[in-house]
Amino acid sequence: MRFMLLFSRQGKLRLQKWYTATAERDKKKMVRELMQVVLARKPKMCSFLEWRDLKIVYKRYASLYFCCAVEEQDNELITLEVIHRFVELLDKYFGSVCELDIIFNFEKAYFILDEFLMGGEIQDTSKKSVLKAIEQADLLQEVYDYF
Amino acid sequence: MPAPIRLRELIRTIRTARTQAEEREMIQKECAAIRSSFREEDNTYRCRNVAKLLYMHMLGYPAHFGQLECLKLIASQKFTDKRIGYLGAMLLLDERQDVHLLMTNCIKNDLNHSTQYVQGLALCTLGCMGSSEMCRDLAGEVEKLLKTSNSYLRKKAALCAVHVIRKVPELMEMFLPATKNLLSEKNHGVLHTSVVLLTEMCERSPDMLSHFRKNEKLVPQLVRILKNLIMSGYSPEHDVSGISDPFLQVRILRLLRILGRSDDDSSEAMNDILAQVATNTETSKNVGNAILYETVLTIMDIKSESGLRVLAINILGRFLLNNDKNIRYVALTSLLKTVQTDHNAVQRHRSTIVDCLKDLDVSIKRRAMELSFALVNGNNIRGMMKELLYFLDSCDPEFKADCASGVFLAAEKYAPSKRWHIDTIMRVLTTAGSYVRDDSVPNLIQLITNSVEMHAYTVQRLYKALLDDISQQPLVQVASWCIGEYGDLLVSGQCEEEEPIQVTEDEVLDVLEGLLVSNLSAPVTRGYSLTAIMKLSTRFSSVNRIKKVVSIYGSSIDVELQQRAVEYNALFKKYDHMRPALLERMPIMEKTATNGPSEIVQTNGETDSTVLDTKHPPTITQPPSQGNDLLDLLGGNDVVPVIQTSLPTKPPSAGGELLDLLGDLSLTGAPPPAPASVPSVPMSQPPFLLDGLSSQPLFNDIGTGIPPMTAYNKNGLKIEFMFERSNPNPNIAVITIHASNSTEADMTDFVFQAAVPKTFQLQLLSPSSNVVPALNQGNVTQVIRVLNPQKQQLRMRIKLTYTYKGSPVQDLAEVNNFPPQSWQ
Repeated sequence: MRFMLLFSRQGKLRLQKWYTATAERDKKKMVRELMQVVLARKPKMCSFLEWRDLKIVYKRYASLYFCCAVEEQDNELITLEVIHRFVELLDKYFGSVCELDIIFNFEKAYFILDEFLMGGEIQDTSKKSVLKAIEQADLLQEVYDYF
Repeated sequence: MPAPIRLRELIRTIRTARTQAEEREMIQKECAAIRSSFREEDNTYRCRNVAKLLYMHMLGYPAHFGQLECLKLIASQKFTDKRIGYLGAMLLLDERQDVHLLMTNCIKNDLNHSTQYVQGLALCTLGCMGSSEMCRDLAGEVEKLLKTSNSYLRKKAALCAVHVIRKVPELMEMFLPATKNLLSEKNHGVLHTSVVLLTEMCERSPDMLSHFRKNEKLVPQLVRILKNLIMSGYSPEHDVSGISDPFLQVRILRLLRILGRSDDDSSEAMNDILAQVATNTETSKNVGNAILYETVLTIMDIKSESGLRVLAINILGRFLLNNDKNIRYVALTSLLKTVQTDHNAVQRHRSTIVDCLKDLDVSIKRRAMELSFALVNGNNIRGMMKELLYFLDSCDPEFKADCASGVFLAAEKYAPSKRWHIDTIMRVLTTAGSYVRDDSVPNLIQLITNSVEMHAYTVQRLYKALLDDISQQPLVQVASWCIGEYGDLLVSGQCEEEEPIQVTEDEVLDVLEGLLVSNLSAPVTRGYSLTAIMKLSTRFSSVNRIKKVVSIYGSSIDVELQQRAVEYNALFKKYDHMRPALLERMPIMEKTATNGPSEIVQTNGETDSTVLDTKHPPTITQPPSQGNDLLDLLGGNDVVPVIQTSLPTKPPSAGGELLDLLGDLSLTGAPPPAPASVPSVPMSQPPFLLDGLSSQPLFNDIGTGIPPMTAYNKNGLKIEFMFERSNPNPNIAVITIHASNSTEADMTDFVFQAAVPKTFQLQLLSPSSNVVPALNQGNVTQVIRVLNPQKQQLRMRIKLTYTYKGSPVQDLAEVNNFPPQSWQ
């Protein structure tokens, strides 16, 4: 996976994770372009499209689009499952997650993502295992709500 | 100074902003506060401030002044600080900033921290954005962690190692010992990441690949793990919709693919498990289909037995019937890749594929179209063409050009009769006439010329089409040309194929003159119609009218028209005796052969030259006596027959069009001088004809009697030429190049290109591979055929491109030292 984006139907970016070194300017350009392309898709269209030299896999969950860019040799169907697994993790952690949770707790969303994927690949295929690690790490933080 | 506001407070506040300006103001205010807080070196609230900064960064505002603060957070002892610090580093820093190197020491310390979650943070950060320098410095630490018994750390270390290898491939070796018993782990996290690591190593290095195949016996291990996954009962921890750890299954299948590729033993060892997965996986949910998809990809890529391949294609066929459009999309993409090698098996699913032309999704339609063209053959041409023409009628404009070209190509190859062929062309021109490519006009003209018995029918249909609609330029151009040529047949009502229409000379001239004055006509079209009118002067009796028209355009603003008109005028006045001969009916044009496989390549849009093989010899319906092998050599992608037609598309040249008319009509072997009708083989670099890779493999090999020569030897890359005379035609020299690499790293993406002077013709066939293995372990061979009818001294310019140790390399060289026997 090259990168993952989460954005709303209004085109507001909620999360961006880049797994390759890219200049800030290029990132902004790509995000803008890709958001435009994906938001223009009609509901009946399939979840895959070609964009530049990459394959884009996207899925909408309520008001949020989850969008991954994968390479030629990657399996699009399993990428859909990866996205779904991430959503499940968020859901378990926040309890019926909605967009507002991710807006107000974006840093936690990143922590969960970083416990689930590294360098674009899955670290652990067990939901329980990932959630437990997050839980333990949260406990390590001082009780005082720091931020 | 009051405590900085909390993160969530800030988010709430910013969200109340009603305009962009209001938001910007709030952000600026907060940034100022944060800046002064940073200046005061406030340890307590640094974390909070950086978190706020990250939020503002996500909204699109600059946050670079927080970079150093992230480093300070990482160095802190508090876990909260580290967490935000590392996140900030991943979001704000990248290898372009020198500042990131300051992280290296912190990461090193944290990799050895007593708390595994801190170690995890460090591994994650390194594994996501570590630069080559950082990777070099810290690879040792990662390798150590790869051998730990703590599975939490082991799995992260494995993925971190993957990143290190991607950044610094030379370090791959050092991770080898640690991989020894990775696969005997029970923990799925470790298993998954280990498979990813092994995949990365095998993909990058052929040495590693054979090591893992032979020494480590990786295939049986993977087969065992996969088998356990399938056979094992319900495991709640890894279950997804009834399937046990699909993610791991998919990764294993992918690694098996790499191991089994071009290796008979490995492929055999995995045959059974692949069959098992293919038949036992649940297909009701996406997960199951994801696994099946990966299985199909693997089966098609390894040396599997034919039964297994048929099974795979049938799975794809079932996918095509699935309600889920994602599955259909994936099936079409895969079928497109396999249609060359398993043509017959894919044919069985033809009707389903054709149904996909009616799908609502654009990507699915496109793929279905490409696949349909690939499946057209002599047996199904009528049925397929009906569907494809229907598709052409109703499809989006973005498809029309490609579809039209595809129809023309297919019709040319498989037309069951001339009448059918012309009807098909007419249909395309009338429904998608403005989308056909420019080069199809000369093609069609040539086709029509050669269908002698259909002239009357053709001109009649074209005339009727013109009456309906003159907006589609290619249609109008072809029609004008035909009317110019066969207007006499039109007027005399000689049509056999259908009811002849009654039309007078004046009516015909009205139509042609209408084209000249219409706003819809492009300048090129006007040229066509003027010339057509001129030609009718020898076929019609109303010569005066024609003379008048021609003289009017002698003062046209359009230079092209003016020149033509002036010259035609001259024909009337001073050279009237030549006129009949000059404007005579065109003779049958010899067509240059088109290569069969290259059409498949074109319509697929994917050039996989290693896949095409002799199963598909060129199938040309033209008479075989194309005589000129030399024109055969112009094969290449996007081949379109080169036609030496003078009239419409040729720009006016000095010396008068009259003489050029004569000159171009003679069919010598020389390449056409200045035709706009030349295919996309670029002719823009006189005096060399550059040719790229073409699609036919060939078997001619070592030279006989002519000594080999070294054409190029630089930077460890050596290219030798071996010669042979082609038996049927002694003017053709067959050169086999052998490329070898004496350096210690492979040269990948190796592409050899050659160009020869204009008097020669060149054909490059597919190379044996595009990786030149290091240390002279193997050669890349490729065959070049050079036609040298004038027996001139052979010279060649070659261009080499390849990737060496991750960087692209390019070189040009002249080859002049050909042995005399190779060209005499």
